[in-house]
Amino acid sequence: MSGPIVVLVEHAAGEPDRVSLETLAFARGLANALGGATVEALLFGDAGAGVGASLGAHGAATAHVVADARLAGAYAPGAWGATLGELATTRGAAAVLAPGSDRGAEVLAHAAARLGLPLAANVLSVTPGASWSVTRQRWAGSLLEDATLDAPIRLMSMAPHAVAVDERAGSAPAMVAPFAPNVGDADLVVRVTGHEPPAKGSISLTDAKVVVGGGRGVGSSDAFAELEELAELLGAAVGVSRVVTSNGWRPHTQQIGQTGQRIAPDLYIACGISGAIQHIVGCKSAKRILAINTDAESPIMGIADYAVIGDLHTIVPAISAEIRRRA
Amino acid sequence: MNILVCVKRVPQTGGRIVLTADGQEIDTKFLGFTISPHEECGVEEAVRIIEAGGGSSAVLTLGPAAAEEQLRDAMALGIDRAILLETDGSEWDPMSTAAAIVDAVRTQEAANGPFDLIVFGNESADSGGFQVGIRVAVALGRPVVSGLKGLTMGSGSVTARRESAGGGWETYELTLPAVVGVKEGINLPRYPSVPGRLRARKKEVERVAVGATASRAALAAGSATGAPIGPVKVVLRLPEAQGSEVEILGRGAEAAPAVVDMLQRIGVLGS
Repeated sequence: MSGPIVVLVEHAAGEPDRVSLETLAFARGLANALGGATVEALLFGDAGAGVGASLGAHGAATAHVVADARLAGAYAPGAWGATLGELATTRGAAAVLAPGSDRGAEVLAHAAARLGLPLAANVLSVTPGASWSVTRQRWAGSLLEDATLDAPIRLMSMAPHAVAVDERAGSAPAMVAPFAPNVGDADLVVRVTGHEPPAKGSISLTDAKVVVGGGRGVGSSDAFAELEELAELLGAAVGVSRVVTSNGWRPHTQQIGQTGQRIAPDLYIACGISGAIQHIVGCKSAKRILAINTDAESPIMGIADYAVIGDLHTIVPAISAEIRRRA
Repeated sequence: MNILVCVKRVPQTGGRIVLTADGQEIDTKFLGFTISPHEECGVEEAVRIIEAGGGSSAVLTLGPAAAEEQLRDAMALGIDRAILLETDGSEWDPMSTAAAIVDAVRTQEAANGPFDLIVFGNESADSGGFQVGIRVAVALGRPVVSGLKGLTMGSGSVTARRESAGGGWETYELTLPAVVGVKEGINLPRYPSVPGRLRARKKEVERVAVGATASRAALAAGSATGAPIGPVKVVLRLPEAQGSEVEILGRGAEAAPAVVDMLQRIGVLGS
């Protein structure tokens, strides 16, 4: 019988984060492949107990909750990583999984460094055996790597949205078990010491239902006014490609792509964006894409659902005018 | 202030990735190479910190002999000196890479004094392991934070800023010496000047031969060695194309009514 699979679960405002739930679904599949291993979650913070119990519906048998104020009060990457490593060792885990978020990837790397074990990032699938085979993302998913992972505990972060959340109603709640890690002061020197809230009234790119994106074809900082007008009419967020931030036309926080944000709106309107790989990996999770481009052969057309061929500087204002006319 | 920036040479991919016939590499016959984007910003950040407060900067990479090009690019932007951990051209796994960098840092520090700050990119553009900087920091016993989009140097410390998952920003205070993982967006890197390029061409690159990874040898010996190792690449593949059929709604401004019809049809706009 294999040891358990330990999963780091992030949560906010009393709700588990979506990629963490996907990671639990992935763990459930791996547990079956291992012939019935148990899945155990690790959560930090006072709210962890309530969230942890609810994870039974997602396949977790146990939720280990760290309430130690030194760790639970503020995010501390080294201390969280040390805790994850200690729990995995104590439980004799076969594998440790973390969501492939900023924090998940960081905490897992700290655990790996402290345990002296390898770590496979952004894994899409795994086949256990004498040597474990994994498929993982490179280039933010525009390339896949089949690789092997050999270690007593296999550490893997999950590529977001590789598997669907698997919630089963009527499951028993997870058993909540307090976990008091043996974390020293050295692990606690780095922690969040301050917060700045988001700008008021701003629509976050990652939450927006509609995103209006601009690329090289927009041509200047001033010309973004046309895109902003359309975005306002649609209640959309404005995003940009890398060339736009490299030219200093718009702030980097608006960048969509491998080195920017990954978005998954209902509709992405890509204006004057040719569709370099770097950008495509950031927007391909959109349900629908409308491309507005002078070049009907540009790579963005390969992933677009709708297209208008021509100059965005006449098309975008015309769409805004038509929306106003019908309002 | 003494700063080390660690960078990686990666191919400049454009619209499409093509693999070699054996599936081991990206076919780079028609591609140029660059410093991985997050690390390019790390170079710029180091140059700015030294310009503002004085001191010296070094750039380090682990890679093939040709990676000298990226070291010279960094020196053209204002980095003082360069160290190349020269491999045999084979790919290194993250643990082996981190171990080689730790060795190099110890050697450099013994000869030239400690680095107050070691700068990494958050993750490399190509293999995206999300771990080398953290492994180096933990091995050296230094504080580290990743994902940073802002650094403010204090006396004996650095204030670091990163975007929060839910929007807004969170800050960290690190006592020097420290390690940071930065992201593109922390600054807008400058273009190298012609005199900068000329100076960079004449500078020495310190070479340390590191050859093939120890883990590759362990792999060749089979898992019988029991050494934890990975991920060890077997083969690379392109993901299946999304292959959507594009519906052309029209050409030019005359397409606007068809676009708004579509917006109403899919429910993005009320009708």
